[in-house]
Amino acid sequence: MSKTLTAVLAGIAYVIFAPLLGGLLTGLDRKITAHVQRRKGPPVLQPFYDVFKLLGKENASINSAQDFYVGIFLLFTILSGIFFFTGGDILMVMLTATLAGVCLVVAAYSSNSPFSQMGAERELMQDMSYEPMLLVTAIGFYLVTGSFRVEKIISGPRVNIAFLPGIFIGLCFALIIKFRKSPFDISMSHEAHQEIVQGVVTEFSGPMLAMVQLAHWYENVVLFGIVALFFVWDAPWSFLLGLACCAGVFILGIVIDNSCARVKWQHMLRSSWIMTLAAGCVNLLVLMAMR
Amino acid sequence: MKSFEKKSPWILHYDATSCNGCDIEVLASLTPRYDIERFGMVNTGNPKHADVFLITGSVNAQSLPVVRRLYSQMLEPKVVVAVGICANSGGVFRDCYNVLGGVDKAIPVDVYVPGCAARPESIIDGVERALDILEKKAKMLHDGRLQELQEMDKLPPMPDFSAKKEAVV
Repeated sequence: MSKTLTAVLAGIAYVIFAPLLGGLLTGLDRKITAHVQRRKGPPVLQPFYDVFKLLGKENASINSAQDFYVGIFLLFTILSGIFFFTGGDILMVMLTATLAGVCLVVAAYSSNSPFSQMGAERELMQDMSYEPMLLVTAIGFYLVTGSFRVEKIISGPRVNIAFLPGIFIGLCFALIIKFRKSPFDISMSHEAHQEIVQGVVTEFSGPMLAMVQLAHWYENVVLFGIVALFFVWDAPWSFLLGLACCAGVFILGIVIDNSCARVKWQHMLRSSWIMTLAAGCVNLLVLMAMR
Repeated sequence: MKSFEKKSPWILHYDATSCNGCDIEVLASLTPRYDIERFGMVNTGNPKHADVFLITGSVNAQSLPVVRRLYSQMLEPKVVVAVGICANSGGVFRDCYNVLGGVDKAIPVDVYVPGCAARPESIIDGVERALDILEKKAKMLHDGRLQELQEMDKLPPMPDFSAKKEAVV
Protein backbone atom coordinates (compact mmCIF):
# COMPACT_ATOMS: atom_id res chain seq x y z
CA MET A 1 0.00 0.00 0.00
CA SER A 2 1.42 3.36 -0.95
CA LYS A 3 2.21 6.01 1.66
CA THR A 4 -0.32 8.50 0.32
CA LEU A 5 -3.15 5.98 0.44
CA THR A 6 -2.33 5.10 4.06
CA ALA A 7 -2.33 8.78 4.96
CA VAL A 8 -5.69 9.38 3.26
CA LEU A 9 -7.23 6.34 4.98
CA ALA A 10 -5.88 7.53 8.36
CA GLY A 11 -7.41 10.96 7.74
CA ILE A 12 -10.82 9.51 6.83
CA ALA A 13 -10.71 7.15 9.82
CA TYR A 14 -9.97 10.13 12.07
CA VAL A 15 -12.92 12.18 10.78
CA ILE A 16 -15.32 9.24 11.28
CA PHE A 17 -14.06 7.58 14.46
CA ALA A 18 -12.61 10.47 16.50
CA PRO A 19 -16.02 11.75 17.70
CA LEU A 20 -17.01 8.19 18.68
CA LEU A 21 -13.78 7.71 20.63
CA GLY A 22 -13.90 11.22 22.11
CA GLY A 23 -17.51 10.79 23.25
CA LEU A 24 -16.76 7.40 24.74
CA LEU A 25 -13.79 8.85 26.66
CA THR A 26 -16.02 11.63 28.02
CA GLY A 27 -18.58 9.03 29.07
CA LEU A 28 -15.92 6.93 30.80
CA ASP A 29 -14.63 10.07 32.48
CA ARG A 30 -18.09 10.85 33.90
CA LYS A 31 -18.60 7.25 35.00
CA ILE A 32 -15.22 7.00 36.74
CA THR A 33 -15.68 10.42 38.34
CA ALA A 34 -19.06 9.25 39.67
CA HIS A 35 -17.49 6.10 41.14
CA VAL A 36 -14.72 8.17 42.74
CA GLN A 37 -17.50 10.17 44.45
CA ARG A 38 -19.31 6.93 45.39
CA ARG A 39 -22.15 7.59 42.95
CA LYS A 40 -23.51 5.24 40.32
CA GLY A 41 -23.09 7.76 37.54
CA PRO A 42 -24.68 8.12 34.10
CA PRO A 43 -24.47 5.45 31.37
CA VAL A 44 -21.18 5.44 29.44
CA LEU A 45 -23.06 6.55 26.31
CA GLN A 46 -24.54 9.58 28.10
CA PRO A 47 -22.45 12.21 26.18
CA PHE A 48 -23.94 10.91 22.91
CA TYR A 49 -27.50 11.19 24.32
CA ASP A 50 -26.68 14.76 25.37
CA VAL A 51 -25.40 15.73 21.93
CA PHE A 52 -28.35 14.14 20.10
CA LYS A 53 -30.75 15.90 22.45
CA LEU A 54 -29.00 19.24 21.85
CA LEU A 55 -29.24 18.72 18.09
CA GLY A 56 -33.01 18.27 18.47
CA LYS A 57 -33.54 21.48 20.43
CA GLU A 58 -34.90 24.75 19.10
CA ASN A 59 -32.21 26.60 17.14
CA ALA A 60 -31.63 30.09 18.46
CA SER A 61 -28.40 32.04 18.33
CA ILE A 62 -27.55 35.53 19.54
CA ASN A 63 -26.29 36.70 16.13
CA SER A 64 -25.11 35.24 12.84
CA ALA A 65 -21.43 35.95 13.63
CA GLN A 66 -21.69 33.47 16.50
CA ASP A 67 -22.93 30.69 14.18
CA PHE A 68 -20.09 31.42 11.77
CA TYR A 69 -17.32 31.36 14.39
CA VAL A 70 -18.58 28.21 16.09
CA GLY A 71 -18.67 26.54 12.66
CA ILE A 72 -15.08 27.67 11.97
CA PHE A 73 -14.05 26.42 15.42
CA LEU A 74 -15.33 22.95 14.60
CA LEU A 75 -13.87 23.02 11.07
CA PHE A 76 -10.36 24.05 12.11
CA THR A 77 -10.34 21.59 15.00
CA ILE A 78 -11.13 18.77 12.56
CA LEU A 79 -8.54 20.15 10.13
CA SER A 80 -5.78 20.15 12.77
CA GLY A 81 -6.62 16.51 13.50
CA ILE A 82 -6.44 15.66 9.80
CA PHE A 83 -2.98 17.24 9.60
CA PHE A 84 -1.93 15.15 12.59
CA PHE A 85 -3.29 11.77 11.51
CA THR A 86 -2.11 12.07 7.90
CA GLY A 87 1.42 12.41 9.30
CA GLY A 88 1.71 16.14 8.58
CA ASP A 89 3.64 18.94 10.22
CA ILE A 90 3.14 19.10 14.00
CA LEU A 91 3.63 22.88 14.01
CA MET A 92 0.77 23.11 11.50
CA VAL A 93 -1.38 20.95 13.80
CA MET A 94 -0.74 23.23 16.77
CA LEU A 95 -1.22 26.49 14.87
CA THR A 96 -4.52 25.31 13.34
CA ALA A 97 -5.71 24.25 16.78
CA THR A 98 -4.78 27.70 18.12
CA LEU A 99 -6.76 29.37 15.33
CA ALA A 100 -9.74 27.19 16.26
CA GLY A 101 -9.36 28.20 19.91
CA VAL A 102 -9.33 31.88 18.95
CA CYS A 103 -12.55 31.38 16.95
CA LEU A 104 -14.24 30.01 20.07
CA VAL A 105 -13.13 33.09 22.01
CA VAL A 106 -14.43 35.43 19.28
CA ALA A 107 -17.76 33.55 19.23
CA ALA A 108 -18.07 34.06 22.98
CA TYR A 109 -17.10 37.74 22.68
CA SER A 110 -19.78 38.31 20.01
CA SER A 111 -22.53 38.40 22.65
CA ASN A 112 -22.97 41.12 25.24
CA SER A 113 -23.56 38.67 28.08
CA PRO A 114 -21.12 39.44 30.92
CA PHE A 115 -20.73 35.71 31.68
CA SER A 116 -19.84 34.93 28.11
CA GLN A 117 -17.37 37.84 27.98
CA MET A 118 -15.74 36.82 31.23
CA GLY A 119 -15.53 33.23 29.97
CA ALA A 120 -13.87 34.47 26.77
CA GLU A 121 -11.29 36.45 28.76
CA ARG A 122 -10.53 33.44 30.92
CA GLU A 123 -10.30 31.24 27.83
CA LEU A 124 -7.66 33.61 26.43
CA MET A 125 -5.74 33.26 29.70
CA GLN A 126 -5.91 29.48 29.30
CA ASP A 127 -4.63 29.76 25.71
CA MET A 128 -1.74 31.89 26.96
CA SER A 129 -0.94 29.33 29.64
CA TYR A 130 -0.70 26.18 27.52
CA GLU A 131 0.42 27.57 24.17
CA PRO A 132 4.18 28.00 25.03
CA MET A 133 4.35 24.42 26.28
CA LEU A 134 2.87 23.07 23.03
CA LEU A 135 5.49 24.96 20.99
CA VAL A 136 8.28 23.70 23.26
CA THR A 137 6.97 20.17 22.67
CA ALA A 138 7.14 20.61 18.89
CA ILE A 139 10.71 21.97 19.11
CA GLY A 140 11.65 19.07 21.38
CA PHE A 141 10.44 16.53 18.80
CA TYR A 142 12.45 18.38 16.14
CA LEU A 143 15.66 18.26 18.19
CA VAL A 144 15.29 14.51 18.78
CA THR A 145 14.11 13.34 15.34
CA GLY A 146 15.30 16.13 13.04
CA SER A 147 11.82 16.73 11.64
CA PHE A 148 8.54 18.41 12.52
CA ARG A 149 6.59 15.85 10.49
CA VAL A 150 4.53 13.37 12.52
CA GLU A 151 5.37 10.46 10.18
CA LYS A 152 9.11 11.06 10.83
CA ILE A 153 8.62 11.51 14.59
CA ILE A 154 6.92 8.11 14.95
CA SER A 155 9.40 6.25 12.73
CA GLY A 156 12.63 7.24 14.50
CA PRO A 157 15.09 4.56 15.66
CA ARG A 158 14.76 5.51 19.35
CA VAL A 159 11.89 6.09 21.78
CA ASN A 160 11.26 9.84 22.12
CA ILE A 161 10.39 9.83 25.83
CA ALA A 162 13.97 8.83 26.70
CA PHE A 163 15.12 12.24 25.45
CA LEU A 164 12.06 14.29 26.40
CA PRO A 165 11.08 13.38 29.97
CA GLY A 166 10.89 17.01 31.12
CA ILE A 167 8.83 18.06 28.11
CA PHE A 168 6.45 15.14 28.70
CA ILE A 169 5.84 16.25 32.30
CA GLY A 170 5.34 19.84 31.14
CA LEU A 171 2.93 18.71 28.42
CA CYS A 172 0.87 16.67 30.90
CA PHE A 173 0.54 19.87 32.94
CA ALA A 174 -0.62 21.79 29.86
CA LEU A 175 -3.04 18.99 28.98
CA ILE A 176 -4.95 19.48 32.24
CA ILE A 177 -5.68 23.02 31.02
CA LYS A 178 -6.51 21.75 27.52
CA PHE A 179 -8.89 19.07 28.82
CA ARG A 180 -10.62 21.71 31.01
CA LYS A 181 -10.04 19.77 34.21
CA SER A 182 -9.80 21.07 37.76
CA PRO A 183 -7.72 22.90 38.98
CA PHE A 184 -7.56 24.74 35.64
CA ASP A 185 -11.20 24.65 34.44
CA ILE A 186 -11.57 28.38 34.89
CA SER A 187 -13.18 29.35 31.58
CA MET A 188 -15.87 26.67 31.37
CA SER A 189 -16.79 24.51 34.27
CA HIS A 190 -19.70 22.29 35.19
CA GLU A 191 -19.29 23.34 38.81
CA ALA A 192 -18.84 27.12 38.58
CA HIS A 193 -22.50 28.20 38.17
CA GLN A 194 -22.32 30.79 40.90
CA GLU A 195 -19.46 32.79 39.41
CA ILE A 196 -19.53 32.42 35.62
CA VAL A 197 -22.66 30.33 34.83
CA GLN A 198 -21.08 28.27 32.01
CA GLY A 199 -18.29 30.66 30.94
CA VAL A 200 -17.48 30.63 27.22
CA VAL A 201 -20.41 28.41 26.33
CA THR A 202 -23.05 30.37 28.32
CA GLU A 203 -24.60 31.89 25.18
CA PHE A 204 -24.38 28.80 22.98
CA SER A 205 -27.49 26.65 22.97
CA GLY A 206 -29.02 23.66 21.24
CA PRO A 207 -27.24 22.57 18.02
CA MET A 208 -24.48 25.20 18.51
CA LEU A 209 -23.57 23.70 21.87
CA ALA A 210 -23.58 20.25 20.28
CA MET A 211 -21.04 21.51 17.72
CA VAL A 212 -18.77 22.87 20.47
CA GLN A 213 -19.02 19.54 22.26
CA LEU A 214 -18.15 17.66 19.06
CA ALA A 215 -15.13 19.91 18.49
CA HIS A 216 -13.87 19.12 22.00
CA TRP A 217 -14.09 15.39 21.26
CA TYR A 218 -12.05 15.82 18.08
CA GLU A 219 -9.56 17.97 19.98
CA ASN A 220 -9.15 15.44 22.79
CA VAL A 221 -8.30 12.65 20.34
CA VAL A 222 -5.53 14.79 18.79
CA LEU A 223 -4.17 15.62 22.24
CA PHE A 224 -3.99 11.93 23.14
CA GLY A 225 -2.28 11.44 19.79
CA ILE A 226 0.41 13.92 20.82
CA VAL A 227 0.87 12.01 24.09
CA ALA A 228 1.32 8.80 22.07
CA LEU A 229 4.08 10.44 19.94
CA PHE A 230 6.39 10.25 22.96
CA PHE A 231 6.15 6.46 23.13
CA VAL A 232 6.04 5.38 19.49
CA TRP A 233 9.14 4.58 17.44
CA ASP A 234 9.66 2.27 14.44
CA ALA A 235 8.89 -0.94 16.38
CA PRO A 236 5.31 -1.94 15.37
CA TRP A 237 4.28 -3.01 18.89
CA SER A 238 5.17 0.43 20.30
CA PHE A 239 1.67 1.61 19.25
CA LEU A 240 0.32 -0.52 22.11
CA LEU A 241 2.74 1.19 24.49
CA GLY A 242 1.48 4.55 23.18
CA LEU A 243 -2.16 3.52 23.79
CA ALA A 244 -1.35 2.28 27.31
CA CYS A 245 0.38 5.55 28.16
CA CYS A 246 -2.60 7.55 26.80
CA ALA A 247 -4.84 5.52 29.14
CA GLY A 248 -2.45 6.34 31.99
CA VAL A 249 -2.62 10.09 31.26
CA PHE A 250 -6.45 9.83 31.02
CA ILE A 251 -6.69 8.21 34.47
CA LEU A 252 -4.19 10.69 35.93
CA GLY A 253 -6.33 13.55 34.59
CA ILE A 254 -9.44 12.17 36.32
CA VAL A 255 -7.60 11.72 39.62
CA ILE A 256 -6.27 15.30 39.50
CA ASP A 257 -9.71 16.60 38.47
CA ASN A 258 -11.34 15.00 41.50
CA SER A 259 -8.72 16.00 44.04
CA CYS A 260 -8.19 19.66 43.22
CA ALA A 261 -10.17 22.88 43.65
CA ARG A 262 -10.30 25.51 40.92
CA VAL A 263 -7.49 28.10 41.11
CA LYS A 264 -7.37 31.76 40.16
CA TRP A 265 -6.16 32.63 36.66
CA GLN A 266 -3.02 34.32 38.05
CA HIS A 267 -2.05 31.06 39.73
CA MET A 268 -2.72 29.08 36.55
CA LEU A 269 -0.67 31.41 34.34
CA ARG A 270 2.24 31.54 36.79
CA SER A 271 2.41 27.81 37.49
CA SER A 272 2.07 26.76 33.86
CA TRP A 273 4.79 29.16 32.69
CA ILE A 274 7.09 28.09 35.53
CA MET A 275 6.43 24.49 34.49
CA THR A 276 7.19 25.34 30.85
CA LEU A 277 10.49 26.95 31.85
CA ALA A 278 11.54 24.44 34.51
CA ALA A 279 10.54 21.23 32.74
CA GLY A 280 10.27 22.17 29.06
CA CYS A 281 13.02 24.71 28.41
CA VAL A 282 15.59 22.95 30.63
CA ASN A 283 14.92 19.76 28.66
CA LEU A 284 15.44 21.71 25.42
CA LEU A 285 18.75 23.17 26.63
CA VAL A 286 20.03 19.72 27.58
CA LEU A 287 19.05 18.39 24.13
CA MET A 288 20.84 21.30 22.43
CA ALA A 289 23.97 20.67 24.52
CA MET A 290 23.88 16.97 23.53
CA ARG A 291 23.79 17.70 19.79
CA MET B 1 -36.41 2.93 22.98
CA LYS B 2 -36.59 6.18 24.96
CA SER B 3 -36.10 9.44 23.09
CA PHE B 4 -32.90 11.44 23.66
CA GLU B 5 -34.90 14.16 25.41
CA LYS B 6 -35.87 11.67 28.10
CA LYS B 7 -32.34 10.36 28.47
CA SER B 8 -30.65 13.68 28.98
CA PRO B 9 -32.78 16.23 30.85
CA TRP B 10 -30.72 19.20 32.01
CA ILE B 11 -32.14 21.01 34.99
CA LEU B 12 -32.27 24.67 35.93
CA HIS B 13 -33.05 25.21 39.60
CA TYR B 14 -34.30 28.57 40.86
CA ASP B 15 -35.25 29.54 44.40
CA ALA B 16 -38.24 31.91 44.12
CA THR B 17 -38.57 33.06 47.77
CA SER B 18 -38.35 29.57 49.22
CA CYS B 19 -37.41 28.97 52.87
CA ASN B 20 -34.53 26.80 51.47
CA GLY B 21 -36.12 23.60 52.76
CA CYS B 22 -37.04 22.41 49.26
CA ASP B 23 -33.75 23.74 47.83
CA ILE B 24 -31.80 21.57 50.20
CA GLU B 25 -33.87 18.58 49.10
CA VAL B 26 -33.26 19.45 45.42
CA LEU B 27 -29.53 19.54 46.07
CA ALA B 28 -29.78 16.37 48.14
CA SER B 29 -30.97 14.56 45.03
CA LEU B 30 -27.58 15.35 43.45
CA THR B 31 -25.69 13.65 46.27
CA PRO B 32 -24.39 10.05 46.18
CA ARG B 33 -27.48 8.71 47.99
CA TYR B 34 -29.99 9.79 45.31
CA ASP B 35 -27.57 10.62 42.44
CA ILE B 36 -29.88 11.97 39.73
CA GLU B 37 -26.97 11.94 37.27
CA ARG B 38 -27.64 8.22 36.76
CA PHE B 39 -30.73 9.33 34.80
CA GLY B 40 -28.54 11.71 32.79
CA MET B 41 -29.87 14.72 34.71
CA VAL B 42 -27.40 17.56 35.15
CA ASN B 43 -27.83 20.73 37.18
CA THR B 44 -26.80 23.31 34.57
CA GLY B 45 -27.48 26.70 36.16
CA ASN B 46 -27.93 28.14 32.67
CA PRO B 47 -31.45 28.70 31.23
CA LYS B 48 -30.14 28.45 27.65
CA HIS B 49 -28.94 24.88 28.24
CA ALA B 50 -31.78 23.65 30.46
CA ASP B 51 -34.79 21.50 29.53
CA VAL B 52 -36.45 21.28 32.94
CA PHE B 53 -37.12 24.33 35.11
CA LEU B 54 -37.34 23.39 38.83
CA ILE B 55 -38.85 26.17 40.94
CA THR B 56 -39.17 26.19 44.70
CA GLY B 57 -40.93 28.83 46.78
CA SER B 58 -44.07 30.94 46.59
CA VAL B 59 -42.87 33.68 44.16
CA ASN B 60 -43.08 37.26 45.44
CA ALA B 61 -42.97 40.67 43.78
CA GLN B 62 -39.16 40.60 43.71
CA SER B 63 -38.63 37.15 42.26
CA LEU B 64 -41.54 37.32 39.80
CA PRO B 65 -39.69 39.15 36.97
CA VAL B 66 -36.69 36.83 37.42
CA VAL B 67 -38.85 33.70 37.13
CA ARG B 68 -40.50 35.06 33.99
CA ARG B 69 -37.19 36.06 32.41
CA LEU B 70 -35.52 32.72 33.15
CA TYR B 71 -38.51 30.90 31.69
CA SER B 72 -38.54 32.98 28.52
CA GLN B 73 -34.78 32.42 28.05
CA MET B 74 -35.23 28.66 27.96
CA LEU B 75 -35.47 27.08 24.52
CA GLU B 76 -38.17 24.68 23.33
CA PRO B 77 -38.89 21.94 24.26
CA LYS B 78 -39.10 22.94 27.93
CA VAL B 79 -41.08 21.90 31.00
CA VAL B 80 -41.65 23.46 34.41
CA VAL B 81 -41.79 21.56 37.69
CA ALA B 82 -43.10 23.40 40.78
CA VAL B 83 -41.44 21.81 43.82
CA GLY B 84 -42.99 22.07 47.29
CA ILE B 85 -46.38 23.27 48.51
CA CYS B 86 -45.34 26.97 48.38
CA ALA B 87 -44.57 26.66 44.67
CA ASN B 88 -47.84 24.76 44.15
CA SER B 89 -50.22 27.18 45.87
CA GLY B 90 -48.35 29.59 48.13
CA GLY B 91 -48.70 27.27 51.14
CA VAL B 92 -48.94 28.98 54.52
CA PHE B 93 -47.66 32.22 52.96
CA ARG B 94 -50.48 32.51 50.41
CA ASP B 95 -52.20 35.44 52.18
CA CYS B 96 -49.06 37.56 52.61
CA TYR B 97 -49.34 40.91 50.81
CA ASN B 98 -46.21 40.38 48.67
CA VAL B 99 -46.73 36.71 47.84
CA LEU B 100 -48.11 35.69 44.47
CA GLY B 101 -49.13 32.23 45.71
CA GLY B 102 -48.05 29.57 43.26
CA VAL B 103 -45.66 29.49 40.34
CA ASP B 104 -48.54 28.81 37.91
CA LYS B 105 -49.70 32.43 38.28
CA ALA B 106 -46.34 33.59 36.88
CA ILE B 107 -45.52 30.99 34.20
CA PRO B 108 -47.17 27.82 32.82
CA VAL B 109 -46.46 24.81 35.08
CA ASP B 110 -46.44 21.19 33.85
CA VAL B 111 -45.92 19.16 37.03
CA TYR B 112 -46.71 19.91 40.69
CA VAL B 113 -44.63 18.17 43.37
CA PRO B 114 -46.30 18.59 46.80
CA GLY B 115 -44.59 18.35 50.18
CA CYS B 116 -43.12 20.58 52.85
CA ALA B 117 -40.34 20.04 52.18
CA ALA B 118 -40.73 17.84 49.07
CA ARG B 119 -38.71 14.63 49.48
CA PRO B 120 -35.89 13.89 47.03
CA GLU B 121 -37.77 10.75 45.92
CA SER B 122 -40.85 12.77 45.02
CA ILE B 123 -38.73 15.44 43.28
CA ILE B 124 -37.08 12.77 41.13
CA ASP B 125 -40.51 11.24 40.44
CA GLY B 126 -41.87 14.67 39.50
CA VAL B 127 -39.05 15.26 37.04
CA GLU B 128 -39.58 11.77 35.57
CA ARG B 129 -43.26 12.63 34.96
CA ALA B 130 -42.26 15.97 33.47
CA LEU B 131 -40.07 14.05 31.03
CA ASP B 132 -43.16 12.40 29.48
CA ILE B 133 -44.51 15.90 28.76
CA LEU B 134 -41.06 16.96 27.51
CA GLU B 135 -41.06 14.04 25.08
CA LYS B 136 -44.48 15.04 23.71
CA LYS B 137 -43.29 18.64 23.27
CA ALA B 138 -40.10 17.44 21.55
CA LYS B 139 -42.23 15.41 19.16
CA MET B 140 -44.27 18.52 18.34
CA LEU B 141 -41.02 20.42 17.64
CA HIS B 142 -39.70 17.65 15.39
CA ASP B 143 -42.99 17.67 13.46
CA GLY B 144 -42.35 21.33 12.68
CA ARG B 145 -45.06 22.65 15.02
CA LEU B 146 -42.77 25.17 16.76
CA GLN B 147 -45.29 28.04 16.53
CA GLU B 148 -48.01 25.93 18.12
CA LEU B 149 -45.59 24.90 20.86
CA GLN B 150 -44.54 28.48 21.56
CA GLU B 151 -48.21 29.48 21.71
CA MET B 152 -48.78 26.69 24.26
CA ASP B 153 -45.81 27.73 26.42
CA LYS B 154 -46.25 31.48 26.16
CA LEU B 155 -46.11 33.69 29.27
CA PRO B 156 -49.47 34.57 30.90
CA PRO B 157 -50.14 38.30 31.48
CA MET B 158 -48.10 39.91 34.26
CA PRO B 159 -49.91 39.32 37.59
CA ASP B 160 -51.11 42.35 39.54
CA PHE B 161 -50.45 42.74 43.28
CA SER B 162 -52.47 45.93 43.80
CA ALA B 163 -55.74 44.26 44.82
CA LYS B 164 -53.91 42.17 47.43
CA LYS B 165 -52.07 45.18 48.86
CA GLU B 166 -55.31 47.17 49.21
CA ALA B 167 -57.00 44.27 51.00
CA VAL B 168 -54.20 44.29 53.60
CA VAL B 169 -54.20 48.08 54.04
